[in-house]
Amino acid sequence: MSQVTEYSEKVMDHFTNPRNMGEIEDPSGVGTVGNAKCGDIMRMYLDIDENGIVRDAKFKTFGCGAAVATSSMATELVKGKSVREALEVTNKAVMEALDGLPPVKVHCSLLAEQAIHAALWDYATKNNISIEGLKPPVNDIDETEEFYKMPG
Amino acid sequence: MSKKIYMDNAATTRVLPEVFEAMSPYFTEDFFNPSSAYEVSGLVAKKVAEARQLVAGTIGAKDKEIFFTGGGSESDNWAIKGVADALKDKGNHIITTKIEHHAVLHTCEFLEKHGWEVTYLPVDEKGRISLKELEEAIRPTTVLISVMFANNEIGTIEPIKEIGEIAHRHGVYFHTDAVQAYGHEHIDVNEMNIDLLSASGHKFNGPKGIGFLYVRTGVKLSNLIHGGAQELGRRAGTTNAAGIIGLAKAAELAVESIDKSNAYETNLRDKLIDRVLKEIPYSRVNGDLENRLSNNANFCFRFVEGESLLIMLDQKGICGSSGSACTSGSLDPSHVLLAIGLPHEIAHGSLRLTISTDTTEEDIDYAVESLKAIVERLRSMSPLYEDFVKKNRS
Repeated sequence: MSQVTEYSEKVMDHFTNPRNMGEIEDPSGVGTVGNAKCGDIMRMYLDIDENGIVRDAKFKTFGCGAAVATSSMATELVKGKSVREALEVTNKAVMEALDGLPPVKVHCSLLAEQAIHAALWDYATKNNISIEGLKPPVNDIDETEEFYKMPG
Repeated sequence: MSKKIYMDNAATTRVLPEVFEAMSPYFTEDFFNPSSAYEVSGLVAKKVAEARQLVAGTIGAKDKEIFFTGGGSESDNWAIKGVADALKDKGNHIITTKIEHHAVLHTCEFLEKHGWEVTYLPVDEKGRISLKELEEAIRPTTVLISVMFANNEIGTIEPIKEIGEIAHRHGVYFHTDAVQAYGHEHIDVNEMNIDLLSASGHKFNGPKGIGFLYVRTGVKLSNLIHGGAQELGRRAGTTNAAGIIGLAKAAELAVESIDKSNAYETNLRDKLIDRVLKEIPYSRVNGDLENRLSNNANFCFRFVEGESLLIMLDQKGICGSSGSACTSGSLDPSHVLLAIGLPHEIAHGSLRLTISTDTTEEDIDYAVESLKAIVERLRSMSPLYEDFVKKNRS
């Protein structure tokens, strides 16, 4: 099945013109989730001001069209929000904002939610604060030596 | 979109105008059932017989050894299940490979649920099986060896003649899935010791929904599709006269120009491979550079994922395919790329481009330039590439 015809116009737009793609130097929080073995890795950078408001968000993603689009949309959704509000950006919210995802791609939206949580966890840890309802991220990144040694 | 560059000829090919022309009267005018009694249907039956003779001639077979089917998957199913059923008193073991098409793999898995034992031979990093391992895998209970002629993903051509020799030395039938090879490579079933061969019309500019199974005279094979007495009582179903006539026309055109087509495609394919490897860092070509289908190029680009690559290529008007999990509908990337030893994360970034004689030098240049930009773009978005660059810097 052609993915292009299965994706909504919004998914295709966020894939083709991703918002907030890139890195933040010295971010308040950064989190990486996913697994290269399964084909998706998302990294989210957050810049959070002294009042606990997300000033900026950026991402880098290795993955399919839906993975890129959900990362892009997730950064859009957390920008300008308080830490508590950002924590409430669920995978469902990301999906709805993208006018839905094909069933096999729903896991990409979960990854986006986890990426936000992982970045917030990093922020909380660095600043020695506790955010109610935030759980530590499960780090299952598989960046084996084998991967880097692979002949070009 | 102005440009459309089709580089997915291993998925399907376009029907040639001559083929379409040969078929079209049998839809609208001479639509008669060739099994009927009246004269006009007899004329259609005659055309079908001529088509059968033509196809038989392309592989050195007799016309009574060619059975038309609904395509490559049916031919594979029939060959394997048919031999298994016919020889179930003789043994319960089949040998195949890890890189077969799913039409073979899933058929073997089905038989495993019914008491059969199957050996899935490994392949080397180029995708070739070891003849020594094949011979060692043969048991007294082995009834069939099924090894594909050429692989659909990486284009590797297997040592068919030698496999057939080993099979015959041990009194075992040899089936080959030649769906990617028929019409593209010279095939002689006698010289190559082939007992059963599957082919599919739409892989060589013929129509979809039609294929054939070659069955050597004397080979014991039970029927798969039961019903009417079509195909010498071996395969039921109203004769697809238009499809058969189209397949035969396509076969005629393809086989007579194999050498010319291969020379043309090889030149372009090698240019594509050379430029990609030279101009895109951290890329590799998969498969065997010597024993390879002339139309196949298969790459891996590290730090990028196949589906994203395909969508971006599509946006540039280039049609390709990938072995990434996202395009296979499962969580695992291509079983073929894993079998040649690639780790999951590399296999996710694979791209298959399969050209044809319609492909031009300009198409190759356009594809390479597009690929360069797309891979660079996807790497700029990839956290894996970011880590790699930082690691190398430190």
